[in-house]
Amino acid sequence: MTTSNLTPLGSMQSENLIEISDLNFSYDSRSILKGINMTMPRGKVVAIMGGSGSGKTTLLRLISGAIQPSSGYVKVADQVIHELDRDALFLMRRKMGMLFQFGALFTDLSVFDNVAFQMREHTNLPEPMIRDLVLLKLHAVGLRGAHNLMPAELSGGMARRVALARSIALDPMLIMYDEPFTGLDPISLSVIGSLIRRLTDALGMTSIVVTHDVQESLKIVDYVYFIADGVIAAQGTPKEVSASSAPFVHQFVHAEEDGPVPFHYPAQAYKKDLNLEGDLV
Amino acid sequence: MSSRIKANIQDIGHRVIESIWRLGHASRFFILVLLKSGTCLRRFSLVMRELYYTGVLSLIIIVVSGLFVGMVLGLQGYETLQKYGSESAVGTLVALSLVRELGPVVSALLFASRAGSAITAEIGLMKATEQLAAMGMMAVDPIARVVAPRFWAGVISMPLLAAIFSVMGVFGGYLVTVVFIGVDAGSFWSQMQSAVDFRFDIINGFIKSCFFGVAVATIAVYEGYNAPPTAEGVSGATTRTVVTSALVILGVDFILTAFMFRGVS
Repeated sequence: MTTSNLTPLGSMQSENLIEISDLNFSYDSRSILKGINMTMPRGKVVAIMGGSGSGKTTLLRLISGAIQPSSGYVKVADQVIHELDRDALFLMRRKMGMLFQFGALFTDLSVFDNVAFQMREHTNLPEPMIRDLVLLKLHAVGLRGAHNLMPAELSGGMARRVALARSIALDPMLIMYDEPFTGLDPISLSVIGSLIRRLTDALGMTSIVVTHDVQESLKIVDYVYFIADGVIAAQGTPKEVSASSAPFVHQFVHAEEDGPVPFHYPAQAYKKDLNLEGDLV
Repeated sequence: MSSRIKANIQDIGHRVIESIWRLGHASRFFILVLLKSGTCLRRFSLVMRELYYTGVLSLIIIVVSGLFVGMVLGLQGYETLQKYGSESAVGTLVALSLVRELGPVVSALLFASRAGSAITAEIGLMKATEQLAAMGMMAVDPIARVVAPRFWAGVISMPLLAAIFSVMGVFGGYLVTVVFIGVDAGSFWSQMQSAVDFRFDIINGFIKSCFFGVAVATIAVYEGYNAPPTAEGVSGATTRTVVTSALVILGVDFILTAFMFRGVS
């Protein structure tokens, strides 16, 4: 696979919130990530793209400290994540937000209580102030009027927006989005995309968007990393990756069926599988 | 042939090792839940909410079952005792059967089916839909926030439900034997009063139901928390909760009965 390094992110950075150095992760004896190096500056939206099973979500789990690397490290705000003890990690996570693929709203709590959850768990704010803050967050995602609904009463797009409001409840410095566009209609997809951009800019956060929705993400991100087979296959600004002629980037951006990522899963010769060799009459 | 025998022995060995491993894992989980119970015991409203779902919503099945079990005991007891002219002892038979054995055991079996399975399914589904992972990402420990309140709700509600079951059973026995058949109410109650000992019968029955509450609640939260995050995984975990709870309840009941009532006339 051809590795294409276009404009390195270092050249557009001011101060890096996340530094990933020589990161390796294996599950049993299977290597998932192999020597990943990345930097993510504060205040930027960075996309991590790649096919299914390429290691994108694993990378998010390593950044959040849910799993430990085999070697290398992830630094968030100058702290090596896997070296933090449980209390320090939980303290760090208060400054992180995560939007799960299908929202992961607490189904036994209303929209209001979902957004208020972290405020009630981690702060001693009085209930009237929590109410104002929750309505503020819900207003930012356009769902103030839905605060009394239960998660089961929301559409997929609305659930994703409530989850977004919940993830910004404590004004985090970093939000990770795990496949935020999956299963959404075009309107919801566009709404979520513009919310990610607007909230990042308005709150001065850093956003990491793990996705394989190329067209929508290229509209909103500042920088893109392509991961394939556990390594960074390409990286660059949206303009660069759109114009790139590197085979992998071209195949991915233009959704071509065959290329460096083959259509066929590795298998023995087709004729041999169909027993068409040798003993044909 | 010998390879088949060898494979069977290996399979049995594998199952035994797997069972011991699960027992050890469940014991560690139980200790972890106890250690992380501080949050829910300080914020008791979390437990109160779960008490409603596990305890209050189990009341119907406990009350109705207790009533019918008492009625059947009264009927069967009367049919046998009246042959010997001892039908007035039917109150004693109903009360002792319920308070010592049937109250704690049957209510625990019903509790495992009604509330234990619900706890497992709820926690398992929360895991499958990434709600537990989301909670962890918000720096909130799911064992302290989700598991411990449900565990304590199970532990607290089980003895209360067993007591209600026994009371309803005694009332059912009274209905059938005194109201419908016509056994003398005075002898029904006085024989019961003199035969039932507070220390040996009521307290021991209460202790039994506490043991069952801890066992069922532990099994329910353990199976839910460790359920594979798929539809099949959650349904399998729910089934295991009911089956394992039933076996543990009956096994523990035998052990406790042997300790409590041996040599007591």
